[in-house]
Amino acid sequence: MAERRQRLWLTFAVEGSLRWLGHLDLFRAWERVLRRAGLPLLYSQGFNPRPRMAMAFPLPVGFTGEGELLDLLLTHPVPPLEVIHRLRAQLPAGLALRGVEEVDLRTPSLQSQLQAAEYIVRLQAMPEDLAQRVQELLATGSCPRERRGRRYDLRPLIQSLSVEADQELKMVLQAGDRGTGRPDEVLLALGLDPGTADIHRRKLHFAFDK
Amino acid sequence: MTIVDDRALDRMLARVQKPARYTGGEWNSVVKDWEGTEVKVALVYPDIYEVGMSNLGLAILYDVLNSQSDLLAERAYTPWPDMEAQMHSAGMSLFSLETRHPLGEFDILGFSLQYELNYATALNILDLGGIPLHAAERGLEWPLIIAGGSCAYNPEPLAPFFDAFVIGEGEAVVLELVGVVREWKEEGRGGKEGKTRLLRRLATIPGVYVPSLYQVRYQADGTLAEVQPRVPEAPQVVVKRVLPRLGPIPTHPVLPFLQAIHDRGMVEIQRGCTQGCRFCQAGCIYRPVRERRLEEILAAVEELLANTGYEEVALLSLSSSDYSRIEELVRALVERYRDPPLAVSLPSLRTDAFSLGLAELFQGRRRTGLTFAPEAGSQRLRDVINKKVTEEDLLITAEAAFSRGWHRIKLYFMIGLPTETYEDVAAIVKLVRKVREIGRRHHGRRTQISVSVATFVPKPHTPFQWCPLIGPEELEARQALLRRGFRQRGISLSWHEPETTLLEAALSRGDRRMAPVVERAWRSGARLDAWNEHFDADHWWRAFSAEGLDPDFYARRQRSPEEILPWDHISPGVDKDFLVAEFRRAMEGQTTPDCRAHCLSCGVNVALPVKGPVLAGGRDG
Repeated sequence: MAERRQRLWLTFAVEGSLRWLGHLDLFRAWERVLRRAGLPLLYSQGFNPRPRMAMAFPLPVGFTGEGELLDLLLTHPVPPLEVIHRLRAQLPAGLALRGVEEVDLRTPSLQSQLQAAEYIVRLQAMPEDLAQRVQELLATGSCPRERRGRRYDLRPLIQSLSVEADQELKMVLQAGDRGTGRPDEVLLALGLDPGTADIHRRKLHFAFDK
Repeated sequence: MTIVDDRALDRMLARVQKPARYTGGEWNSVVKDWEGTEVKVALVYPDIYEVGMSNLGLAILYDVLNSQSDLLAERAYTPWPDMEAQMHSAGMSLFSLETRHPLGEFDILGFSLQYELNYATALNILDLGGIPLHAAERGLEWPLIIAGGSCAYNPEPLAPFFDAFVIGEGEAVVLELVGVVREWKEEGRGGKEGKTRLLRRLATIPGVYVPSLYQVRYQADGTLAEVQPRVPEAPQVVVKRVLPRLGPIPTHPVLPFLQAIHDRGMVEIQRGCTQGCRFCQAGCIYRPVRERRLEEILAAVEELLANTGYEEVALLSLSSSDYSRIEELVRALVERYRDPPLAVSLPSLRTDAFSLGLAELFQGRRRTGLTFAPEAGSQRLRDVINKKVTEEDLLITAEAAFSRGWHRIKLYFMIGLPTETYEDVAAIVKLVRKVREIGRRHHGRRTQISVSVATFVPKPHTPFQWCPLIGPEELEARQALLRRGFRQRGISLSWHEPETTLLEAALSRGDRRMAPVVERAWRSGARLDAWNEHFDADHWWRAFSAEGLDPDFYARRQRSPEEILPWDHISPGVDKDFLVAEFRRAMEGQTTPDCRAHCLSCGVNVALPVKGPVLAGGRDG
């Protein structure tokens, strides 16, 4: 039985009002999309069987994203093109499928391979001295911050940070087991209000990328 | 056209908890062309999204209305206080989830009233929609505000706020009602007579109650003297509407992104109940029993799962074990949905070996424990309330459950029932301890008994509608007795807050004079009273005293069977004489048999266009 299993990585985007879903709600929405699509999901054993699936990196409430990944096991192979067709018929507005990739069953989990995430932040208004604030933050050796009562240094989590045209900031922040940088924390460190910014996660960087 | 500015809404959503309560866009939600649709209805539940989305009645109406091409139905729920504050500061009206139109732009707002503690929230919703609270202040430019649900069986405490109430099964009336509104719109909104003409026409629809067309007079002692129709269109008594046979099961319900209170598919297998428990309002107002065909239920489960992706369905009814083909149904579901196994919940199982057998068929799939409702501790009191379960039934069922692997059992009781003594309350303790002993023989310290003790609230249209709510000192003493009795490992006890219970009791049997109390309580800040963290009894007691009313007059007074009750002009089809006879039998400790086998002539079959109970799981003949 086991040798007939199939492992898939689904790349998807979260747009529009779906950004307001929490991680668990988004996960449940995916479970139901997959069940409606009639895919042969592999379930865990026990009293409360759950489909064997995992997301690479929870998307915080309020963020949009386009390179999000879902890791999924099926009991037997379904051609990826058919998976795409079946899923597209069941996706609610705001959830878009960008690709389906078949991977080896032994591939390590996405979470364990995650290294960084790239964000585009669109600001309501761009302060004139933003480029300078960015330079100062990058120049500093450490940037102590506190989140939920825990003190940590934000600076080493910032891999790159730049001002783009059209009121946009681009940042690549470390993600995964060794520590995760949050874009809203970067905005606060720059003296900006995250509540008025649109934060978009463009891409996830994994160890196997290059 | 979206009236609410998306950008402004996003800024607000960034600042509130669970923003997905306000975004809509769920799978199976129906978004129609606003401009191109003639009559627009907003279905409103006066509690938050997660509660309202678990209501089957509104899901049925959403289905019925949206299946008509010239109608649209959208949804609205009350915002949590964080969002309410955002809306106030942005000057934004409460809007529908589908097209984000302010509530004031709909033709009809239909509220579902299922719980008295939602009344202040209902007013808050009107206010958040920018709609005048009083029907008399709403001219032609405002939506028609109507309500239905179990609380509509005594609509008087809300009479001035609603244009009309639907008594009975909304899906039996709603299209007729909307048709009258459409004609009225087409005729230029009734010309000079305007809204009055609409209301008088609505009053001619069987099952529709238009409170403004009735005059209420009181006696010096505060009881009613008479309720008189003011116009010939208004009937002396409004009899509920029912479907002779239940309509189609909704199989493409809106699928919430947020976890609803009941996060599962809902399939109503039968409506009504023949058990005849004397405290139970649902048992009286949802008569007669109508079963659905087994084949229809199985087909609906199949469609529902395909259209939603739910992993669990609930087979809804007031007494699942009574459905004629329940075992066949349960076996068929177990058989069909093995991989992955479908979780099936059967609420309201009878306490007997047969019901346990049903639950056992799902063993290995169930996430929760077993629940039984003996309701009273002593046989004497169970006879009074006509709850047909014996101590032997419970102990045998418990023995069977524990021996087959369950180690957690939930038991429901009530205190404050008519004729109750301390011995009856002590009997609850004894009974629960016996169940615990059985459990410990099988599971030792793993045994868990959750005892939930509600305070009995007398409800309109039941044999106990004349009975007083228990007094505060007696209640406190009974609760203390239970607390002492259950200071044992493996037993947990929960009960309802006394002040919540008193308010529910006063509102449920209130008259029209209580409307200013509701309004005053709301103005002073009452809302979301069903939520312990928001309920502040002081808003209410101050409002009662400011209006010169005493909650005890409504809640704790023994009424006489001769008294004209505030809801006597509303009829669920059950004769008042039948209720009186049942009350007398209760006082004598006489039980009344289940009416499946023999009709007890409660009056329903005479008053309503239904020929006897529809039974046998739809086996015709």
